[in-house]
Amino acid sequence: MSSHVLSLLVEDKPGLLTRVAGLFARRGFNIESLAVGHTEIPGLSRITILVDVEDLPLEQVTKQLNKLINVIKIVELDPAQSVQREHLLVKVRADNTTRSQVLEAVTLFRARVVDVAPDSVVIEVTGDSGKTQALLRVLEPYGIKEIAQSGLLAIGRGSKSITERVFKS
Amino acid sequence: MTAEQNPVPSPTPSPTSAATSSAAATAAAASGEPELLTGSGAIIRTLELLGVTDVFGLPGGAVIPLYDELMTQDAIRHILVRHEQGAGHAAEGYASASNRVGVAIATSGPGATNLVTAIADAYMDSVPILCITGQVFSTLMGTDAFQEADIVGITMPITKHSFLVKRPEDVPGAIASAYLIASTGRPGPVLVDITKDAQQKTAPFIWPPKIDLPGYRPITKAHGKQVQAAAQLLADAKKPVLYVGGGVIRARASAELLAFAELTGTPVVTTLMARGAFPDSHDQHLGMPGMHGTVPAVLSLQEADLIIALGARFDDRVTGKVSEFAPHATIVHVDVDPAEISKIRTADVPIVGDAKDVLADLTVAFSAVLKTTTPDFTEWWSYLNGLREEFPLGYSEPTDGLLAPQYVIKRIGELTGPEGVYAAGVGQHQMWAAQYIKYERPNSWLNSGGAGTMGYSVPAAMGAKVAEPDRVVWSIDGDGCFQMTNQELATCTINNIPIKVAIINNSSLGMVRQWQTLFYDGRHSFTDLNTGHGSAMVPDFVKLAEAYGALGIRVTSADQVDDAIKLALATNDRPVVIDFVVSRDAMVWPMVPQGVSNSYVQYAKDHAPTWGEE
Repeated sequence: MSSHVLSLLVEDKPGLLTRVAGLFARRGFNIESLAVGHTEIPGLSRITILVDVEDLPLEQVTKQLNKLINVIKIVELDPAQSVQREHLLVKVRADNTTRSQVLEAVTLFRARVVDVAPDSVVIEVTGDSGKTQALLRVLEPYGIKEIAQSGLLAIGRGSKSITERVFKS
Repeated sequence: MTAEQNPVPSPTPSPTSAATSSAAATAAAASGEPELLTGSGAIIRTLELLGVTDVFGLPGGAVIPLYDELMTQDAIRHILVRHEQGAGHAAEGYASASNRVGVAIATSGPGATNLVTAIADAYMDSVPILCITGQVFSTLMGTDAFQEADIVGITMPITKHSFLVKRPEDVPGAIASAYLIASTGRPGPVLVDITKDAQQKTAPFIWPPKIDLPGYRPITKAHGKQVQAAAQLLADAKKPVLYVGGGVIRARASAELLAFAELTGTPVVTTLMARGAFPDSHDQHLGMPGMHGTVPAVLSLQEADLIIALGARFDDRVTGKVSEFAPHATIVHVDVDPAEISKIRTADVPIVGDAKDVLADLTVAFSAVLKTTTPDFTEWWSYLNGLREEFPLGYSEPTDGLLAPQYVIKRIGELTGPEGVYAAGVGQHQMWAAQYIKYERPNSWLNSGGAGTMGYSVPAAMGAKVAEPDRVVWSIDGDGCFQMTNQELATCTINNIPIKVAIINNSSLGMVRQWQTLFYDGRHSFTDLNTGHGSAMVPDFVKLAEAYGALGIRVTSADQVDDAIKLALATNDRPVVIDFVVSRDAMVWPMVPQGVSNSYVQYAKDHAPTWGEE
C-alpha cells in the first residue's frame, strides 16, 4: 500500500461530498484525510484526498470518481511536483516547570502558540505530515491533551493550474 | 401511498393548468414572452418536448400537483400501476424493448423507496430510465415530515446521477439533463426528486433549457491506434472469440457486429445480457457463455488466445474463478465506460468508445489488415465444431413423468417466433428461457441480469408491450417470481395491455433448490412454495388470473402445451396466464459451479466434458 494525493475539481452542489465519500466506502477504499474548500472560480470546489491504495485499485477509484457527474477533473499530485501541507492545532500540558521546554520546541519547529492557560498551551503548526508528526513526537512526553488536525492540502508546483487545464479544452 | 396530511396550505391555484398543449408553447415562443407554468406543468411540458409519450406511476401526497397537470393533457399516456416497483420495472421493460428512455413516477417516502429495487436493477443492467419522485415541501425537508425520505441519498449508489429540485425554474434543466445523462454514454437510471412547492409555484418556462454539465463528457469515438492494434491482433490470432455483452444492444450495434463477425469469421458468444445481439441461427454463434452457458461458448472463451470483449464486463457469472479465466488469452476490451476496462481482467488493448462506432472502425481496420495478413481460424473452428457436435444444448426428460420446463419454453419460442419479446424473471426459468428460445434480433430478450431481481418479469413485459404494442410480449416467469409482482396484471387488464404470462410452475424457488440439491446434500430449506404438482396449490394461479380479468389456463402434460400457447397467441383482448405445472426436479445444465475455473464446466449432472489437460 502507498499513499496517493488526489485533487478533485468539483461542482459545488448539495450532496457532492456524500457522492465522493460514498464512492470510496462502497468500492472499499479508505480515505486517510480529506479537505474541501472553494476555488478561485465561483461554483467550483476542490477536494484534496489522501488515500492509501495500490496503483491498480487507484486507477479504478479514479475512473469511478470520474464517472460522478459533478466531478470535473481529477489529478494525482506527485509529492515532488507539488506543495503539500497539513494544519495542526495541539493542546499540550505546560506548567511552570515545563513551559520553557515546550516553547523551545515551538520555536524549533517554527510553530506558534495561539493560546496560553496556567497549565496548558495551544500550539499551531503548518507543514507536511513529516513535520507535524515530528512535532507531536517531541511534545508527547509533556502530555498531549487534545489534537485537531486538518486534511492534507496540496497544489501543483509551477505556473499551471488545475482549473485552466480544464477550461482550455 | 395516497394519504395527504399536509400541514402547509396550498398556495395559489395553478394559473396555467389549461395551457399545456404544445400549440400553446409555440404561440408563447412566437410572442417572445416565456409562458408562465407551474413546476408541475413544466415537468409535463419538458417530458413532452423530450419526446416522452408514456409514463408509469402511482400518485401520492407529494405528487398531487403533478397528477393534476397530467389530467389536463393528452400528449403523454400515464399508466397507473398497482405498486411503484411495477412502475420502475415497466419503465425498464419499456426501455429495454425499444431503446427509448423509460419513465416512472412515484410520490415521496414509501412511494420513492418502492422504486429502489427497480433503480438498482436498471443500474446493474445499464437501462436508461428516468425516475421522477415527489418530495415534501422544501420548508419541511429535514424535519422527518410525513412521507419524507431522502431518496436522493438512498439512491446515490444505484443511480448514474440524481437531482433535487426545489424551485420551479429549475425543472426543465433538471429533467432535460437527467434525460440526457440516462440515455447517453453508458445508459443508466437517473432520479429527479422535486419538492411539492416546486411543483406548485410558477416560473417562466424557457425552452430549451441551459444544460450545464461540465463534468459529463462521455467518450464515443475510439482511439484509432488501439483499433488498428486490435484488428492486427485478430488477424494474427489462432483462437479468437468475440465476447459480446449487453452494451452491444444498448449501443444499437447489432448490424455492425454482424458485419464485423462475418468479415472476420470469428466465433461469437453472447452473454445473458446480449442474447439477441447476434442471431442464434448464425453459424458463427456458439451460444451463451457463463455459469449456465453452452459447453462450446464456455470453452471457447476459456481456451481462446484472443478475446475481443464488446460491451461486456467480465461478470463473475461469466468468468468463473477470475484468476483462472482464459489464461492464454490476450484481451481487447471495448467499452463506453472507461471504468469497466481492466476492472476485473487487465486489458491488453483498451478501447474506450461506443460499440457501434468501434465495430464500424474495426471492420474498416480489419479490411486493411487483410491486405498484409491472412488469418486462419480453421483449426479453431474444427475444434469448436467438434464441441458443438459432442455437447449440444439439450435436456433429459424428468424421471417423475411430469412436464419438462425446457420443453414448454422451447415451444413458446418456436410458436411465437423471433419477432416476439420475452421478459424473464430470475432463476431456473430465466436460464432455460435464455437457452431454449432462439433470439434473432436485439431487444427481444429482457431480463434482470446483474441484479437478479425476482419480480422483474410481469411489469417489464407490461412496459415492453406499451413500448411495442404490435409485438407479442411474453412474460416467462417462475412461480416464486410471479408472486412478487403479479398485481400488475390488474394494470394490464384495465389499460388493455394484453401480455402473456407463462408461469413455469415447479412449486419451488427452483434455482436455490437446485443449489441445495447439488451443494447442500439435498437439504431443501424453505424453497418449497406449494404451488405445483402434489401440493396445496396456493395460490391457484388460474383462479388468480381470472380474478384479475385475465384468461387463465392450466397445463400439466406435454400434449396440452401447444394448444395452450396457440390459445394465448390468439387471445389479445386481455392478458393470458398459463400455469405450466412442471417437474420440480429439472435442473439447469450445463453448469460451472460457483468459484471454480470455467474448465470445470459440467455438461450434465456427473458429466464433465473431456478435453486437453488444464
